[in-house]
Amino acid sequence: MAKYLLLKHYRGGPTPAVDWAPMDQWTPDEVDAHVQFMRDFAARLEETGEFVDAQALSPEGTFVRYGGEGRPPVTDGPFVETKDLIAGWYIIDVESWDRAVQLAGELSAAPGAGGRPIHEWLEVRPFYAEQPTVTE
Amino acid sequence: MNESRLRDLVPAVIGVLVRRGADFAAAEDAVQDALVEAVRVWPDDPPRDPKGWLVTVAWRKFLDAARADTSRRHREVRVEREPARGPGEAVDDTLQLYFLCAHPSLTPASAVALTLRAVGGLTTRQIAQAYLVPEATMAQRISRAKRTISGVRFGQPGDVATVLRVLYLVFNEGYSGDVDLAGEAIRLTRQLAARINHEEVAGLLALMLLHHARRPARTGPDGRLVPLAEQDRSLWNTRLIAEGVDVLQAALARDRLGEFQAQAAIAALHADARTVDETDWVQIVEWYDELVRLTDNPVARLNHAVAVGQADGPRAGLAALAELDPALPRHTAAAAYLHERDGDPATAARLYAEAARSAPSLPERDHLTRQAARLNAQLRS
Repeated sequence: MAKYLLLKHYRGGPTPAVDWAPMDQWTPDEVDAHVQFMRDFAARLEETGEFVDAQALSPEGTFVRYGGEGRPPVTDGPFVETKDLIAGWYIIDVESWDRAVQLAGELSAAPGAGGRPIHEWLEVRPFYAEQPTVTE
Repeated sequence: MNESRLRDLVPAVIGVLVRRGADFAAAEDAVQDALVEAVRVWPDDPPRDPKGWLVTVAWRKFLDAARADTSRRHREVRVEREPARGPGEAVDDTLQLYFLCAHPSLTPASAVALTLRAVGGLTTRQIAQAYLVPEATMAQRISRAKRTISGVRFGQPGDVATVLRVLYLVFNEGYSGDVDLAGEAIRLTRQLAARINHEEVAGLLALMLLHHARRPARTGPDGRLVPLAEQDRSLWNTRLIAEGVDVLQAALARDRLGEFQAQAAIAALHADARTVDETDWVQIVEWYDELVRLTDNPVARLNHAVAVGQADGPRAGLAALAELDPALPRHTAAAAYLHERDGDPATAARLYAEAARSAPSLPERDHLTRQAARLNAQLRS
C-alpha cells in the first residue's frame, strides 16, 4: 500500500476541460449536491479502508518569508487572482498508482452547475515511502 | 505485564472459540475486544490464569455480540461437544490461523493486517500506528479481509509460500509506532518455524535474523542512510548473526533451495565479512544467479548487476546494468555508483542527481543528493 495526496485547487493547474462557473453562481441545491458528493467520496474511502485524511482550506492566507536578522517575517498576501491556490486535499492509502488515478478520476466528476460533472483537474502526488528493511 | 506473552496467547484463544462453534470472524473480533480490555485491566489486576481469563472474557463478548446479532444471523450458534476435527488428528490452531490469514484471496495489505491482529495479537490501534493510517481505516481493512475469507474453512490446508510472503512484507515494510514490526515478524516466523518443518520457513527466519542483526549500522543518528562501505560493523548483533547462520546451514543441508534461503545466503556472506572489500562478492554473484533463476525478479537482477560490479569491476557491472530496464527502481543510482568507481565523476554526479529526483524514500533522496553534491564539489575544485 502507498499513500497519495489528491489536491484540489481553487485555481491553477492545466486548462479546465469544462468551463464551469464559480460556486457563487450555482443554485443552493447545486452547492449542496457538490458538498454531499465530497462527503460521499470520503465515506466510500472509509468503507474501502483507503481513507487517511481529508481537509478543506480557506482561500484566505498569505505567503511568508524570513525578513532578515532581527526583522519580522515578510508577508505577501492576499493571494493573487492569477496564481495557483490549493483548496484542500484527500490523503489516501491504496494498493497502486492506478488505483490513486482511478479515485482522482471519480472525485473529479463532482457535480457543479446544472448538476453536471465539473471534470476538475486534481493534482495527484505520491508520498515518499519509508526505507525497506531488506536492502541488498 | 509482559505484553509479548499476552500476544502469544491470542491465536490459541481464537482457536478455542472457533472449536466451540464461533465462526472465525466473530471469534477474532471477540478476542480482540478481550485483548483491549486485558491491556487496560491487567497492569493493576493481573489474572492467575491469563489464558483462562482471555477465553472467559472473549467467549462472553462473543455471546453478547451473537445475541445482539441474532436477527441478522442465518444460523444459530451451536456449542460443539466434539472438537472440530476427528480424535487422534494432530491439531494446531495457531498454525491454521497463519494459513487462514494469508489466504490467497486476500490482498497483501489485508493479509498483513489480519495476520498481525489474529496471529500477532496486536491491537488495531497498534497496527494502524505502524502503518500510519487512522485506526478506523485499519479496522475497516480487517473487517473487509474477514468478509473476503468468510467462505474459507478453518483448518483448510494452505500453501506455506503465502504465509512466508506475508511475514516477509511485515518484516520489510513496517516502521513507526510503539511496535517494532521487524521484531514482530521475527517472533511470528520463529513461532511458525517451531510448528512446521520447512526449509523455506527456516530460510526466511535466517534472512530476517541476518538483516535485523545489521540494522543498527544502516542508519545514522540523524536518520540518514549509511552506505555499506561506511557502516560501523561493530554495531552488528553477532548473536543474531550466529543464530541466523546456524538456521540457514540446517536449511541448506536439506538440499531444497528456495528464494528465502538464497537471500539469506547472500545476507550471511555480507555478515561474514569484516569490510566491504573483504566480502566474497564472487560467491554473492553466484547466489544472485540462483535467486534470479528461482524468482526471475527484476530487483534480484539489479542486485546481481551491482554484485557483478563488485566482483568483476565497474565496467562489467555497467554492462550487466545495460541489459536491464533503466526504469527499474535504483537502476540510475547503481549506474551512478559504478561510473564513479570507473573514474567518471561527471557522469556519476549527473546520474546521482537524476536518481535523487526519482528516489522512493527521503533517506535515499538525501543520500543521493549528497553524493551528487560531493562529486560536483570535487569537479569544481
